[in-house]
This record gives sequence, structure tokens and C-alpha cells, in this order.
Amino acid sequence: MEWQWDWALVGHILPELARAFRVTIAATVFGFSLALVGGLLLTILRRSRWKIISWPAHFTVEFIRSTPLLVQLFFIYFVLPIQLPDFGGMFTSAFVTGVLALGLHYSSYTSEVYRAGIDGVPKGQWEAAAALNMSRGRTWTSVVLPQAIPPVLPALGNYLIAMFKDTPLLYAISVAEVLTAAYQIGSQRFQYVEAFTIVGALFLIVSLISAWLIRRMERWTALPAQ
Amino acid sequence: MSDSTEKPPIIRFQGLEKAFGDLKVLQGIDIDIPEGQCVSIIGPSGSGKSTLLRVLMTLEEPTGGRVEVEGESLYTMKRNGEEVPASRAHISRIRRKICMVFQHFNLFPHMKVIRNVTEAPIHVLGLSKREARERAESYLEMVGLSDKLNAYPAQLSGGQKQRVAIARALAMRPKIMLFDEITSALDPELVGGVLDLLREIKESGDMTMLIVTHEMKFARDSSDRVLFFDEGVIREDSDPKRIFTNPEHDRTRQFLDTILSEQA
Amino acid sequence: MLESLEFIVRILPVLFQGLLITIQLTLGGIFLAIVMSFAAGLGKLSKFFPLRWLCIAYIEVFRGTSALVQLFWFYYVLPFLGMDITAFQAGVIVLGLNAGSYGAEVVRGAIQSVPKGQYEAAIALNFTPLQRLWRIIIPQAVVSMIPPMGTIFIELLKNTALAALVTLGELTFVARQIRDDTLRTTEVFGTILIIYFAVALCITAVMRTGEWWFSRGLDRGGIR
Repeated sequence: MEWQWDWALVGHILPELARAFRVTIAATVFGFSLALVGGLLLTILRRSRWKIISWPAHFTVEFIRSTPLLVQLFFIYFVLPIQLPDFGGMFTSAFVTGVLALGLHYSSYTSEVYRAGIDGVPKGQWEAAAALNMSRGRTWTSVVLPQAIPPVLPALGNYLIAMFKDTPLLYAISVAEVLTAAYQIGSQRFQYVEAFTIVGALFLIVSLISAWLIRRMERWTALPAQ
Repeated sequence: MSDSTEKPPIIRFQGLEKAFGDLKVLQGIDIDIPEGQCVSIIGPSGSGKSTLLRVLMTLEEPTGGRVEVEGESLYTMKRNGEEVPASRAHISRIRRKICMVFQHFNLFPHMKVIRNVTEAPIHVLGLSKREARERAESYLEMVGLSDKLNAYPAQLSGGQKQRVAIARALAMRPKIMLFDEITSALDPELVGGVLDLLREIKESGDMTMLIVTHEMKFARDSSDRVLFFDEGVIREDSDPKRIFTNPEHDRTRQFLDTILSEQA
Repeated sequence: MLESLEFIVRILPVLFQGLLITIQLTLGGIFLAIVMSFAAGLGKLSKFFPLRWLCIAYIEVFRGTSALVQLFWFYYVLPFLGMDITAFQAGVIVLGLNAGSYGAEVVRGAIQSVPKGQYEAAIALNFTPLQRLWRIIIPQAVVSMIPPMGTIFIELLKNTALAALVTLGELTFVARQIRDDTLRTTEVFGTILIIYFAVALCITAVMRTGEWWFSRGLDRGGIR
């Protein structure tokens, strides 16, 4: 079978794929916002003085990180509509389910990143805050977090890219993101080559640019040595 | 060019230059070293002493001039009557005559002591395992470490590590041995033992030895010849007795005064 | 509760069939990933620029695109280009190439972190370039490669589930079928999550053992 790359077709399907790519981007943005908050929550729980709280939190992070996102996605997709009251059909929306799964899965990664950042703040900083009689809340907001977050921004950025590359999994629950669109184009017109290659190229371009931005960020987030 | 009745010097540097970017570390070194000589190389840090050894060991490539070993150029070779840059095989063949002991030992941390000493004889010289082991055991005995054959380098003291490194180099039976500040990283109480070992090596064979050192007493009492390096050139090339009692240059005198008062 | 347990015990033999394929995928993928990590990691350090460029292109393309997109590309596109490929083959190849692109950076970093003195000692003893790498540098670099490689292998294990989306009957695919037949989502997916977690623990245990094995004698504090 002689097969040839069809540029006319590319021009034809590109707008369609670009529209679907907006869903991909939206899922990434919402999913990562959720992961940023969820990770913080898990970190706080893991730092609890009570083992009955910190240990399950620790286990949860390990468990989520060691099991496939796809299975977690199926789990949430099929379980939530049954087990929880349906807030106006919210959980039957595949997009919302997908964002929840992405957010949950990546919370386990962001939580590790936050922990590394907080562990990186020297013990003397906590002691100095205590010596100045700062409250716990104030110690966190004005001493610890401002020092813990900037050095880990590049690591968070890398997980943002990683999540972006995981959004095609939402194909499995029929969210109309870019891989789903490509698959439909492919199966309807039997034009898999162009469709999947374009999707690959889109991911490559966005990832390379983001990775370059993160490398630049690494330069100015490096705190001067203590 | 050399006289046909006389053997060429084992090492000859001709107009040797080495620069790192704008920094000229060696600025025209001309010197012949006859076979079997034990030469101490002294001078302030940064004067190019170590670089000279590293160029001879092919750890740095010279930016100008020539290096000859037993009359053969190290960095160039003849092809169809023309001088061309040396091939890897050419360099490797000549380099086999040379070995080096480093300031920081550079033992292989993943190998036990015995394997540190047998690895190269087996895989570079092609010795059988038994031959290599016998050879390694005899050199480790010479450096006084017969009881450490199965230790890992991390379990040894600095002085012991350096003895293993010396045994490892000796086991290659090189014609030329280079010692690059081999006592500088040792605790003071361990220096003497390693220097005694150097003397023993000198007495026991006809190896040519180039020793970069800050141990002036060793240079004076135990070497055949002393080179004083300063700012990338050899300022003084002399008999050890004369250089310490009556140096030709003021720079030499200054250097010796400073360092001898420190070591007194 | 008891009824759920009975149900789980009943489906275990079927899940086990899927698990076997998941394990084959994982092992095949890990093998290819190790080969690619070393090939591309060392190639990126090569002085020969076409080789270096090729390795960089491979690493960037496979790190820069999504594993699922890669799998779809291999499974749906290759037949058009005249190469027939089974879902299992596509799975192993994509898992291996994908993980290998991350592993290549690990190998490169570990090789570069071996102190310069080790290369110099190897030159002074007149080892050939290949002997230097194989006998002196790699054995030391392996220790620092193992922990990040363990993380990559666990990501690889997680990615084996993607093969369900190209109809390969591995663990997630089998679970999905049982779920569709019985509608007992919690039991089915809960069980396979635990199975995946157990396999991940096994990988971690193997890597720990490997790290211990390779670091015998090495004093990571005062390494020279």
C-alpha cells in the first residue's frame, strides 16, 4: 500500500484539532490548580503531630503515586455518580471527573515537592521565628513559605508539563480533548497518520517551550546562598 | 639528530607550551631527562609543575612544542614521511611506558585493594589472573599492606590509600613514574612513611622518576636532580646540593627561604 | 462486606490472567528502557556530533510527547506505513522508549558525576576508552542511577494500564470488562489498585536490593 502525507488534509483537520486542544489546556489548568491546593492539604496533614493523621496521609500519597492514573480515572468516573449525591449533574460530566482525577493524582506529586521545599528551610529560621514570638500562622506565611516555595517552582513546573502530557488519558472517558478528536478523525476518515502525528507535534511544541521557560525560571528562583 | 652511539634521553621536552585560554601555564620548556634519573620538581603553586606531568601522561594536550619518549614523539607520528597528529594507538603504545600516582590517590572505590592493583595488569598488559595476583601481592607487600588485600579503599587511611595507589602504578612496571604531589593530601604524620617508600623504590630499580613535591628535605637528600619551576618556565636546573646551598637565581632563593622557614 | 470479599475471590483468577500480561509488559518495557537509557545517555556524551544529535532528538521527542499519544501512534499509524504490530509489541516498545528517554538523562547525569580523577587514573593505567567506561566509570555510576531508575520503572508500571486503551487484555482491561459485566466498580477497581500497589512495592524492593549490592564497599561520604 502506497501511502502519502496529505497536506490538504492537514489544513482541513487542523482547526478541528486546535479546538479540541483548548479542552486539553483547560483540563490542564483546572487539574493543576486542584493539584496545587490538594498537595498543600496533603502536606499539612502529613506534617501533623498526630500519627493517626500523618500516617494515613503519607500512605495515601504513596498509594496514589504508585498506581495508574487510568485506573483512578475509571474509579472516580464510575463510583462518584453512584456514591455521592449528584450536585446538578456535576459528577456525570466527564470533564469534571477527568479534572478531579488529574488533580488528585498530581496532588501526591505536588505534596512531595512542597515537603522538599519546606525541609529545605533551615531549622534556624523556625528558631528565629520562635524567638521573635511569631504565631504559628505568621511563621508559615511570612518566614517558611516565602523561602520554601521559590526554590521548588521549577519542580512544580515540571509536574505541570507532566500533567499536560497525561490529559490524553481523558480519551478513556470520552472527554472531547485533542486525542479523542484525533481518534474520531482517524476512524471516520481512516486518516490516522496525519491526525496522530499532528497531536504528537502539538504536545512536543508546547512541552519544549515550557521546558525552556522552566530552565530560565531555574536561574532566577535560585536563592542566594545563606 | 642525536649522536648515534648515545641513547636518546628517555624524556625530552622541546619548546613545550600549554595554555588554558589566555592563561599560559607552560611557556617553553626545554629539558632532557636521561634514563634512571630521579628528578624532583619544586616551585610555587600554579607554576606549571603538575601540568608538565599531566602533559606527559596525556591528561592535558600541549598547545605547542614537542614531547619525546625514548626518541619517539608522543603527540605526533610519521605517516608517509610526514608528521601527523598521533593516533590513539600510537599514544597508547608510548603511554604504556609511563604511569602516574596522584595527589588524591584516585583509587577505584568499587574495587577491593587487590583488584585495584590487578585490574590493569590483567586487562591492559594481558597478564593471567594468577600472574597479576602474584605481582600485586608482591607490590602490596613492598608497600606494607599485605593484610589489606580484601579491604575496600573507603576502609583505608589516607596514607594506606596512597600506598595502594603506588603499588597499583608499580604493578604496571613502567619505565617512567610520575608522582604528582603525592603527600600533599596526607596528614603530616603519614608523610614520612610514603617518602620512605619513594626512596625504597628509587634504590630498588632503574625507573625514571619525576616527582612534583613540596617536601624540600626529600628533594635535597633523595633526588639526583632538582628543577625549580616559576611562572611556566624552568628557572633553575641543578644538582640538589647546590640549589639548596647556593641557588643561582634570587627567585629560587626567595622561594626556598619562604618554604624552608615554613617546614622548619 | 463478606459478600464483596467472596466476589473478589471469585474474580481473582481472571484478574490474575491480566496481571500476567501486565507483568510481561513491565519486564519487557524495563528491559528495553535500560538498553535505551544507556544507548542514548552515553550517545549524548559522544564527541561524534551526528550521534549526539540523534540521541538528543530521541530524548526530546519521547519526553516531550504524551505516552498515550505515542502508543496510539505506534498502534494505529505504523500499519499505514507498512509495519504490522500487535498491541503487546506496541505496548512494550512505547513503554521502553518512553521510559528510556527519561532514563537516558539519569545515565548521563550519573556518568558525569563520577569524579574526574577516576578518568585520569584510568588513562594513567592505559585502559582503552571502552575499558574505562565499562570497568571503571559505569560500575561507580550505577549506584547513583538506581534510585531515580526505580521511580522511572514505577512510572512505567503505571503506564502499562494505557495498553488497555489499545485493547490489550492486561490487568486494567480485564478489570474494565468485569466491571461492565457486573457493575461492581468499587470492588473491581479497588482490588486492582491494590494489586498495582503491590507490584510497585516489589519493584521498590528489588531496586533497594540492587542499590545495596552495588554500593558494597563504597563510602558515599568520602568517595575519591
